[in-house]
Amino acid sequence: MYGWVGQILRVNLSDGTVKKEALDPVEIQNYIGARGLGTRLWTKECDPKMDPLSEANNLIFMTGPLTGTMATNAGRYNVICKAPLTGTMAASNAGGYWGPELKYAGYDGIVFEGQSEKQVYLWINDGEVELRCAEHLWGKDVNETTDTLREETNINARVACIGPAGENLVKYACILNDYTRAAGRSGVGAVMGSKNLKAIVVRGTGGVKVADSDAFMNALIRARKMVADHPVTGQGLPAYGTQILINILDQSGGLPVHNFRDSGTFPNADATSGETLAKTYLVRNKGCMGCNIGCGRIVNVPDGPYKSFGEGPEYEAGWSFGADCGIDDLAAIIKANNYCNELGMDPITLGSTIACAFELYEIGAITEKDAGCPMRFGDAATMVELARKTAFREGMGDDLAEGSYRMASKYGHPELSMTCKKQEMAAYDPRALQGMGLSYATNNRGGCHVRGYMTSPEILGLPEKLDNLATEGKAGWTKTFQDLTAAVDSAGICLFLTFAIGAPEISEQMIAATGIDYTVEELMKAGERIWNMERLFNITNGFTKKDDSLPPRLLKDPIKIGPCKGSVNKLDVMLPEYYELRGWDSEGRPTSEKLQELDIQ
Amino acid sequence: MLNPEKCISCRTCELACSFKHDREFRPSAARVNVVQFEREGISVPLMCLQCETAACEKVCPTGALKRNESTGALVVDDAKCIRCKMCVQACPFGNIAYDPAKNHILRCDLCDGDPQCAKFCPSGAITYVEACTGILAKKRAYASKFKEVLQEVTE
Repeated sequence: MYGWVGQILRVNLSDGTVKKEALDPVEIQNYIGARGLGTRLWTKECDPKMDPLSEANNLIFMTGPLTGTMATNAGRYNVICKAPLTGTMAASNAGGYWGPELKYAGYDGIVFEGQSEKQVYLWINDGEVELRCAEHLWGKDVNETTDTLREETNINARVACIGPAGENLVKYACILNDYTRAAGRSGVGAVMGSKNLKAIVVRGTGGVKVADSDAFMNALIRARKMVADHPVTGQGLPAYGTQILINILDQSGGLPVHNFRDSGTFPNADATSGETLAKTYLVRNKGCMGCNIGCGRIVNVPDGPYKSFGEGPEYEAGWSFGADCGIDDLAAIIKANNYCNELGMDPITLGSTIACAFELYEIGAITEKDAGCPMRFGDAATMVELARKTAFREGMGDDLAEGSYRMASKYGHPELSMTCKKQEMAAYDPRALQGMGLSYATNNRGGCHVRGYMTSPEILGLPEKLDNLATEGKAGWTKTFQDLTAAVDSAGICLFLTFAIGAPEISEQMIAATGIDYTVEELMKAGERIWNMERLFNITNGFTKKDDSLPPRLLKDPIKIGPCKGSVNKLDVMLPEYYELRGWDSEGRPTSEKLQELDIQ
Repeated sequence: MLNPEKCISCRTCELACSFKHDREFRPSAARVNVVQFEREGISVPLMCLQCETAACEKVCPTGALKRNESTGALVVDDAKCIRCKMCVQACPFGNIAYDPAKNHILRCDLCDGDPQCAKFCPSGAITYVEACTGILAKKRAYASKFKEVLQEVTE
C-alpha cells in the first residue's frame, strides 16, 4: 500500500486490549481516509442513537493517505465520534505533527472502544503499544501534560491530549496536539474525557512511501509553487495569519457583532486585526508539518493583566472573543484564546456562548445573582474570567460549558443562541453572505465554516467573485465546496491550500501517492459519498429538514449598519434547489437512486 | 546558511531530505533536523556544518569520509564504512546519526550541490550560499539592529 501505511490500532479501553488490524482496500478507495474513512468505520460499528458520552461511542483518530508526505500542507488528521454538543457526527480536523508521527509509527489510525475504569494514556513507540496510568496527569493543563509525557516517554514524542475542559466534560472540549493544534469542534475532547483517556503519545521512526516518486515530486513542486505564488496563501496568510479577515469582513459588512445583534461592522475592528497583531504581539509565524503557508501566530503579551505567551488567535477566535463580545482589546482576546489552548476548549463556541450570555444579561434573562457578576458587551476582564471558569465549570462557567443553545434554553431564550444544530456559527453573518448561510444550515456537523467555505467566492472572489447578497447559483456552489472539502479533509491535507490549488492539483498528488486512479471526478464523487454518509447518520439519528435552518434573527431581523444594511438570509429560496442538486427528496433525504449511484451500503 | 529566527517549524526540510536519500518520507532518517523548543516558540534547523577540520573525518578508522571537491561536502563511502559509529560520537554538534533500520550513517552530503532542504525551505531559514556571502548578509542584518539603536540614541 502506498500513501496509507495499511494498518490501524484498535484499543479497547474497557478490557485494556490492543489489536492491530489491516486497512480494507475497498473502503479506503471509497472513503479515502481521515474524515471519510473514520466516519465510515464509526457508522459500521456504532449505534447512531447512543449517548455520546457513553462507552458505546467509539473515538477514532484517522490520518489520510497524504498525511506525513510532502504533498501540499499534509500535516492533518481527524478525530471522529458522535458529538456531545450536536448529536451529529463529529469529525474534527487538526494539523501539527501528531498525525504524521502516527503514520511514521506504522498506523493510519486508532479506534478507541469502551471506557477505561482508571485514568490512562496510550504510549505508542513504533510497534510497541501500551496503556499507562495517567492519574498523575489528571487536572493538568495541555502544556504541563505534554511536557510531563515527553519527559516520561521520549523527548521527541508527539502528544495529543485533553485539558481540564475535556476532563470536566465541557460540551465543546477539544483535543490538543503538539501543544497548540486542536481538533477543535463539537466536543471530541469531552468524549475522550468520558473514556478516562488523557493522552495519546506517539513516537514513530518509520516512513511513508508513495507509488510513483518522480510523478509525486513533480506534482507537489507544481502545487507548492501555486501555493507560494498565490496572494492569499503566499502573502496574506503568512504576513497576517487568518486574522487578516477581520478588516476584510468588517469592510464587506459581514462581521457578526454582539451575538449577531448589531452585525455588519464593528467600531475599531482594526484594533483586533491581523495587521495590528503583526505590529504588536506577534513573535513569529508557525506552520504545521510540511506547510509552506505558516498561518500560525506565536504571540507574546509581555506584561499587564493579560500577560501570556502562546499561539493564535486565528480569525474565528479573534472574532468570537472580539467583535462578537464587543471587545477590541487584543491582549484580552489573546489571553482568552490561550486559555482555550491550555485548558482545551473550542474558542468559536466559547466566545459565541459568552456573547450569548452577555445578551441574555442585557435583556434581563440572566441576573447578576445567576452570573455572580455583571456581564456586559465590551467587558474584557469579565470575558477572560468567564473563559477560564468554563473549563472548570465554576459558577456561571457551568452554564457556559453546555454551549449557547442549552444555556439560552435554560434561561428561556433559545432563539438567542447563534447555532445550527446546537453548534455555534463562525465569523460570517449569513445575512451578508447568503451562500455561507446555506452552508451553515446544511452542514452535517451544524454551525461551522470549514465544510463549504462560501466566504471564498462571496468575499475573497476565489475562484471567482460572486455577489454575496445574491442567492442565484449559491446552491450549486455550496454543494461543490462541500464535496471538495470532504475529499480534502479525507486526504489529510489543509483546507487553506484550496485558495491556491484546485481538484486537478489534488488529484495529481493523490494518484502519484496512492497509485489509485483518483481522477477529479472520482475525488468529487468520494467527497459526495462522504457527505451523503454523514447525512444518513444524522437522519437515522432523528434530524430532519427543520434542522437545516438558521437562528430566526438571521431570517427576520435585517442587518442594521454597513454595506449589507437591510439584508436578511433567504434560506427558503436556496434550500429546495440545494436538495434537488444533491439528488435528495423535498424533505432533504438522499434518494435510493442517489445512494446507489454513490455505492453507499 | 542557517537563520533560525526565520524558521516556521514546518519541517519540510526533513521531508525533502529523507525523500531525496531514501525515496520515502521519514523525518527520523533525515540528515537535517528541526530542533523545536515549543514552549519558547523557537525552532532551530541543524545539519552538518561541513567543518574544514572535521572531527568525524579524523576519527574515522577506515578513511570512509571523503571530501567531494566540487561541493566541499564530506561524504560517507558506504563500502568502506564499518559502522563503528565513531563519527557519530566525535561530532561536537550531534549532526551525524546512525540509522539502525537501514544500517548506515546519516550525514548531510549537500545533495551533490543541490541541497533539497534549502530548495524547499519556505521561509528562508535554510539557504545554500557561498560561505562568505552568507556571513556578510547575516552580519549586515545584525549591524542594522545596531544602527537602529544608534539612531534612537542620537535622535
